Amino acid sequence: MTLSLVLEVLIQGMLTGLVYGLMALGLSVIFGVVRVVNFAHGEFAVVGMYAAFLLFAALKIDPFVAMGLVAAAFFVVGYFLQRVVVTHFIRRPDHEQFILLVGLAIVMVNGMLMIFGPDARHVELSYSYDSWMLGPVLIDKVRVFAALAALGVAGALFAFFRYTQTGLAIRACADNLTGAGVVGLDVDRLYALTFGVGLACVGAAGALLICVSDVTPMLAPSFTLLAFTIVIIGGLGSMGGALLGGLVIGVAEALASLVIAPSMKSMVSFALLVVILAFRPQGLMGKRAA
Amino acid sequence: MRREHLLLGLLAAALLALPLALDRYQTSVLVLVFLSAYVGQAWNVMMGFAGLLSLGHALYVGLGAYVSAALFVHFGVSPLIGLLAAVAVCVGVAMAIGALSFQFRIEGVYFALLTIAFAEVARIGFDHLKWTGGAGGLFLPVAGSDGQWWNLRGGPLFFYYVALAMAAAAFALCAALRRSKLGYQWLAVREDAEAARAVGIDVTRARMSAVVVSAAMSALGGVVHVFYYNNVFSAQIFDMTRSIDIMLAPIIGGIGTLFGPILGAFILVPLGEGLIFATQALGVNAPGAKAVFFGLALMIIIFLAPNGIWPSLRKRLGIGEAKP
Repeated sequence: MTLSLVLEVLIQGMLTGLVYGLMALGLSVIFGVVRVVNFAHGEFAVVGMYAAFLLFAALKIDPFVAMGLVAAAFFVVGYFLQRVVVTHFIRRPDHEQFILLVGLAIVMVNGMLMIFGPDARHVELSYSYDSWMLGPVLIDKVRVFAALAALGVAGALFAFFRYTQTGLAIRACADNLTGAGVVGLDVDRLYALTFGVGLACVGAAGALLICVSDVTPMLAPSFTLLAFTIVIIGGLGSMGGALLGGLVIGVAEALASLVIAPSMKSMVSFALLVVILAFRPQGLMGKRAA
Repeated sequence: MRREHLLLGLLAAALLALPLALDRYQTSVLVLVFLSAYVGQAWNVMMGFAGLLSLGHALYVGLGAYVSAALFVHFGVSPLIGLLAAVAVCVGVAMAIGALSFQFRIEGVYFALLTIAFAEVARIGFDHLKWTGGAGGLFLPVAGSDGQWWNLRGGPLFFYYVALAMAAAAFALCAALRRSKLGYQWLAVREDAEAARAVGIDVTRARMSAVVVSAAMSALGGVVHVFYYNNVFSAQIFDMTRSIDIMLAPIIGGIGTLFGPILGAFILVPLGEGLIFATQALGVNAPGAKAVFFGLALMIIIFLAPNGIWPSLRKRLGIGEAKP
């Protein structure tokens, strides 16, 4: 194992990890505000991958362009999913919310299995195999683009929450729901917007993931777990934490693939998850347990 | 004699005599019903009684299956003895997970995620464990062991009565637990852990005992599962869909009720078989269509009747089971 190989794997892990981070960011935003755990998160990511795949296969739309379309469509889906279905569960016990979304996840993953079959699909871009040489280290161009796009979307989201009136209102709901209602905020609408924004993140992440990975419906449950793991490691409800968690998991899994075996990589994530839950349950960047 | 005892007696008598009127296939469907009711009952101890949502219950079924099967294949140990080892392993793992969770106050959603994570670790681990056949699965020898009941060898009729006895025993055990001091402690912890602590209940101990009872029961389910099917694959037995299958019957029947898991199993298993027939006749992807239907059913049930079917059915029958 040469140093340049290790560096290559490290960098690759970091780049992919940022895209995972964007996916997890969606989960974190939804949980942080609506307090509902989106158990169908990985399923949405895979639907995003298929959407970008179809747009490319049928209309030759580059996934980096399709990202915007997928995110917009997912925003609408998320908005109405919250308004029509999830809103009835906001005040119900945790396990009922969980079971609702588990049901949705089952429907989605098996629906995709019926439509697309179990075979892996991928997108063949003209620059899929281009790379840069950084000294002896080889870096995939497409991964760099995907990571930059993920950072861009995450940055836009930070700006949205920080500098817009709506973003401020949503943060108010997250901080103090009763207070937000008292000062006249339309909480139902803000929740729906938040769910939409969360799904837009995961849709965008899906469109980016199809550039760096094959897609099969069976990826979905593992992506759900991956997103949870990242969010818990980073800190539930912390936006920066989701990206940091993505980086950590991306690097850990890439190194595990190299050192142990690719099929064992999620063991390393789960081990990290257990360690974090035991010693720092609020996550790397989370606030102390409220 | 109270009404529910009479109805229960009638049901038991009917189920004991039923194989006389069934063919081999129908018998095998009922084996699945009873096994599903049994494991559902085990899951219900954790979720329904103690309020601990386990989303990775396939872990215990799978461990039970692997331990007993490996002992039988490698050392010829009878499953009647192997099940002790299976229960011991599952209880050990359950206590480790319980200790980790309760020590560090991992609750609610986090606890549910942790259970999935451990099931996934087991799936990946057994995929790589050569001793149990790795990803290729572990197969029990079938030839020349007919009629060895002490090795759990037999056809659907044999397993019909084994599974029926298990489902009945689990029902009786849960009914007894539900009325015991421990049962009331579980309910108190489920409703409000802080209040339970305030009245002097050792919350951690109560939770731990629920996890242990549930894991031990599930282990036995796994033992019978593997000796019925004669094979076990880590990718299947530890899969998250298997964990979800385990939860479905008690959720649809009624979380926290005694009869819910049984009712749910009687509804779901035949429904699933019927759906497979229907979708095959229509020429669509059968497993996918079945799962889509179950997913929708799950969403609709939890939307309309989060307490399941049994509580409303019970009222119609005029049966007074203790409140869930």
